[in-house]
Amino acid sequence: MTARAETGNPLPLQGVAADFPILSRPVHGRQLVYLDNAATTHKPATVIEAEARFYRESNANIHRGVHWLSQQATAMYDAARASVQRLLNAARPEEIVFTRGTTEAINLVAQSWGRTQLKPGDEILLTTLEHHSNIVPWQLLGEQTGAVLKVVPVSDAGELDIAAFDALLGERTRLLAITHVSNALGTVVPVAELTTRAQAHGARVLVDGAQAVAHQRVDVQAIGCDFYAFSGHKLYGPTGIGALYGRAALLQQMPPWQGGGDMIRSVSFERSTFADPPQRFEAGTPNIAGAIGLAAAIDYVNRIGLDLIASHEQALLARATAIVGGLPGVRVIGTAGHKSGILSFLVDGIHPHDLGTILDAEGVAIRAGHHCAMPLMTRYGIPGTARASFAMYNDFTDIDALAAAIRKAQTLFGTRRAQ
Amino acid sequence: MNDIQDSLRELYQEVIFDHNRHPRNFRPMPDADHQAEGHNPLCGDQLTVYLQIADGIVRDASFVGHGCAISTASASLMTEAVKGRPVGEVEALFRDFHALLTKPADDGLPQRDFGKLAVLTGVREFPARVKCATLAWHTLHNAIAGEHDIARTE
Repeated sequence: MTARAETGNPLPLQGVAADFPILSRPVHGRQLVYLDNAATTHKPATVIEAEARFYRESNANIHRGVHWLSQQATAMYDAARASVQRLLNAARPEEIVFTRGTTEAINLVAQSWGRTQLKPGDEILLTTLEHHSNIVPWQLLGEQTGAVLKVVPVSDAGELDIAAFDALLGERTRLLAITHVSNALGTVVPVAELTTRAQAHGARVLVDGAQAVAHQRVDVQAIGCDFYAFSGHKLYGPTGIGALYGRAALLQQMPPWQGGGDMIRSVSFERSTFADPPQRFEAGTPNIAGAIGLAAAIDYVNRIGLDLIASHEQALLARATAIVGGLPGVRVIGTAGHKSGILSFLVDGIHPHDLGTILDAEGVAIRAGHHCAMPLMTRYGIPGTARASFAMYNDFTDIDALAAAIRKAQTLFGTRRAQ
Repeated sequence: MNDIQDSLRELYQEVIFDHNRHPRNFRPMPDADHQAEGHNPLCGDQLTVYLQIADGIVRDASFVGHGCAISTASASLMTEAVKGRPVGEVEALFRDFHALLTKPADDGLPQRDFGKLAVLTGVREFPARVKCATLAWHTLHNAIAGEHDIARTE
């Protein structure tokens, strides 16, 4: 990766890749070009070390031991919660519930808030852009409560149809569950504006922030949403840890969704009473090391600076759109005016899975398929796409490698045309 | 260092490209007496296999659907391979072909002449792609068995 600093490219961030040990690992004898960051990001050495150090030096269960190690582990876990609070600019740390990730956070809201609040005929408003994890929990909830799903359509460019959104909002709309950034197309959704409109109709708003938090500043108070969910592993942190932000007043009214230790106030065989949020929603021993690793990831991202990361990735997206999108036979899927660092595309005559295999042989890792967004693929009449997604450690040489690998695939498939 | 390039050439042989570009027996069969649908939920590949079986012999075989080059070529080659064969032989070929692609080499691979199907041996080096090559065969198996469930690779 050191050679990259010498290419003299004008990107805002230089040399970041050196902080990520896995990026120096060769793949098929070549330098890894990792462009599957929307699936998961790599971890800087500080995150790997923070988890390892916790197990080496501070491992103990939390919230229940009077001994020294338990107190230390508890303090670290609580500090991690405060770190997430600051990342999202939540008003209070109690508004942050640790979960396994975005999926579990959404299921928590569906099963706790949704099951107690929704009645037959109530409407949940989704969009065609949603990942399966922001569709299926609401379908399950619909089967349990009789609530029905309404879906905001998208344009050919991948932007939400705002007129249709307004038309779909009605008296029965109880919840808007909406992605902040489309994982398949990169579209950035104007969530603050849509939150205001939905709340004016008395609806609650949940934002799926899985593809947003690592790539732009997120301020839940500025958005004004009621819930916000994200995963640590897409933010350079460990897998198996994520968080749900919920407005304090809402969380306070919500019943537990899982029972167990750590979430109770008192238990008898006749009746149990439950702890206040966030403990009420964190039954059992949580992923303590994961939370500490996530806090280290947030520290790392803050040190680099989310504004710099955002402008770096915008430069990568612009370059990729021009170079890859400009190759003969390549069609970009998702051309919204406001996009995050995700480029979905099709190559004439080459199925995305074949392309993925050939690119891999060149050391270029991309995602091929439906990206857990099958309704969106159906909207475009395609089985899937090839997707390159960027992170702070990518640079222009990665995009050149991607373009060269696509040309190589076209040569192999006999579909290469002159540029 | 060039092992992967060799494996890639083994995988994408001219026969595969030919059958991908011009799949054989790629048509619906309105008078089929056996048919089944196959679906790989991980990648979205989808196909329908149609058969006409009379006197225990596969008289006709065809397919429609969409998928990658490996899955399309495998389905195309399969229809050519099974036409005119007794059902029992086709089922034996399915078992052997499946073993050829999935069994560890030191377990002893099936010894038989696979004909053109042998070009798919290249997927052994690409574990993520084995299911592309076997989807059509699982679907064929269901069609013969008369199972109405959709064949899945998962």
